[in-house]
Amino acid sequence: MKKSVYNGLFLVIAILLVLPFIVPNSFYLDLAIRMAINAVIVLGLNLLIGFAGQISLGHAGFLGIGAYASAVLPTHFGWHPLLAMGAGAAATGILAALVARPIFKLKGNYLAMATLGLGIIINIALRNEAQWTGGPDGMPVPAMGLFGFELSNDKQWYWVVAILLSVSVWASLNLIDSPFGRALRALHGSEVASQVVGVDVVRYKVAIFVLSAVFASLMGSVTAHYVGFVSPNFADFFHSIELVTMVVIGGMASVYGSLVGAVLLTALPQALATFEGWETVVFGAILMLSMIFLPRGLVPTLAAKFGKGE
Amino acid sequence: MSLLQVNDLSIHFGGVKAVQNVSFTIDAGIVYSVIGPNGAGKTTLFNLITGVYKPTTGEIRLDGEGIHGKSPNELARRGVARTFQNLQICMNMSARENVMVGAHLRLDRNLVKAALRFPGLKSRDRELSEEAAELMRFVGLGQYVEARADAMSYGALKRLEIARALAMKPRLIFLDEPAAGLNPKETIEVDHLVRKIADSGVTVVLVEHDMKMVMNLSDRILVLNYGKKLAEGTGEEIRKNPDVIAAYLGAHA
Repeated sequence: MKKSVYNGLFLVIAILLVLPFIVPNSFYLDLAIRMAINAVIVLGLNLLIGFAGQISLGHAGFLGIGAYASAVLPTHFGWHPLLAMGAGAAATGILAALVARPIFKLKGNYLAMATLGLGIIINIALRNEAQWTGGPDGMPVPAMGLFGFELSNDKQWYWVVAILLSVSVWASLNLIDSPFGRALRALHGSEVASQVVGVDVVRYKVAIFVLSAVFASLMGSVTAHYVGFVSPNFADFFHSIELVTMVVIGGMASVYGSLVGAVLLTALPQALATFEGWETVVFGAILMLSMIFLPRGLVPTLAAKFGKGE
Repeated sequence: MSLLQVNDLSIHFGGVKAVQNVSFTIDAGIVYSVIGPNGAGKTTLFNLITGVYKPTTGEIRLDGEGIHGKSPNELARRGVARTFQNLQICMNMSARENVMVGAHLRLDRNLVKAALRFPGLKSRDRELSEEAAELMRFVGLGQYVEARADAMSYGALKRLEIARALAMKPRLIFLDEPAAGLNPKETIEVDHLVRKIADSGVTVVLVEHDMKMVMNLSDRILVLNYGKKLAEGTGEEIRKNPDVIAAYLGAHA
């Protein structure tokens, strides 16, 4: 991988720096924040799906754990939001690690089923434990305080999320082009070949699964504080699918593809609002067409077309 | 003492006895070939010794330590490398990266350090990248150093596998039909390459159908037929062995 992959990072930072000054109103700023949050989650998920070649259909469950940790722990136990966020991430990490070992003995469809089941179980738990979580109605989330001052308006949130996104892109680029990242890509390319050169494949799959789950959990916490409210829909199956779709549309094994996927699929429902009632159909058609004409995802297909490999 | 000892090794797949009670030893520093008709169990034997399959019975010792039933990545730690008859190349990576993966165990594989781009890790990676290019030139792939793996020919990929195996700095390397599907010129080049590898002090175990190459390179030869050991010895001994002639030519000895 050449130096040029980092050029994209500068572009991302440049866009993030300019964006708040050119958005016409707070609706678009809100949209930008949601895009950036989704982008971070999708980056983590793409490490798992695109680079390591594993699937997770339960990632929204991890997002839910983070979101609810940030809602429940400060509300019921008076924890500091940052501490609650850390606890949510730690709990997610531990849960992911515990279930990952048996899960990664499975492949293909079975792996998809197992992660799907896990996500659904988390969602059911959140719906049923109404005395803590507010059940299907959800619950409010206290404001996030950072070092003495409270994150209250969208501008402040925007900068926090922009920094998180820039750091995540940088870290992902670093990770991919490292011995760890090469081992991940190698086990995707040929599991047996990576084993015979000494890669402990189960360990690497578990590690990347845990990492992407923790990414999701942290961003779940951020979303919860930003929106100020959580509901079980955060953690439902359709959200998991939506995240996977962002990975696939943007481009598997492409860092910048993750960003494009997240941005497009966050914006698309808004843009399609004019179709009233038909938006799901149009949404579905767009996904289908892009899978037919851009099977590798937007960014890798375009990169190949213009002769610039990522 | 011999480097590798195989005692009474068998594996059964259901009712199929793919390898039956095979025993042999390999001394350090030699080229040892395994030959036999198609379906004789050569690749299965490789898969057993390199940990891809677990033996039903029998034992395998490397430097006296029992290694049967150990996983391939544990064997890699002990200096066992291999290539595959049916290519196992990571097509999602560049040619050079495929070779760099071979050095996996010699690198700092820490996730956090990698994500934060620790300078030590990065400079080691740059050295490795040079080393990988050097290895590619060693196996005769100098013109492919900047190529993508999926843009290379079959013959080149065969050698890329050898370069990846060598990047492990192994003590023992298993080459599964390195010349299969190659044209005569490429076959001669692989012949020279195997000789160079053996001369560098790596013990080579070779499965190959090209008899000229086998006779030319091997210090000792093991002949398998229907999963059983048919004969073992030097090239001269094997050439004269009536059982071997019968198996290969179908003659009535």
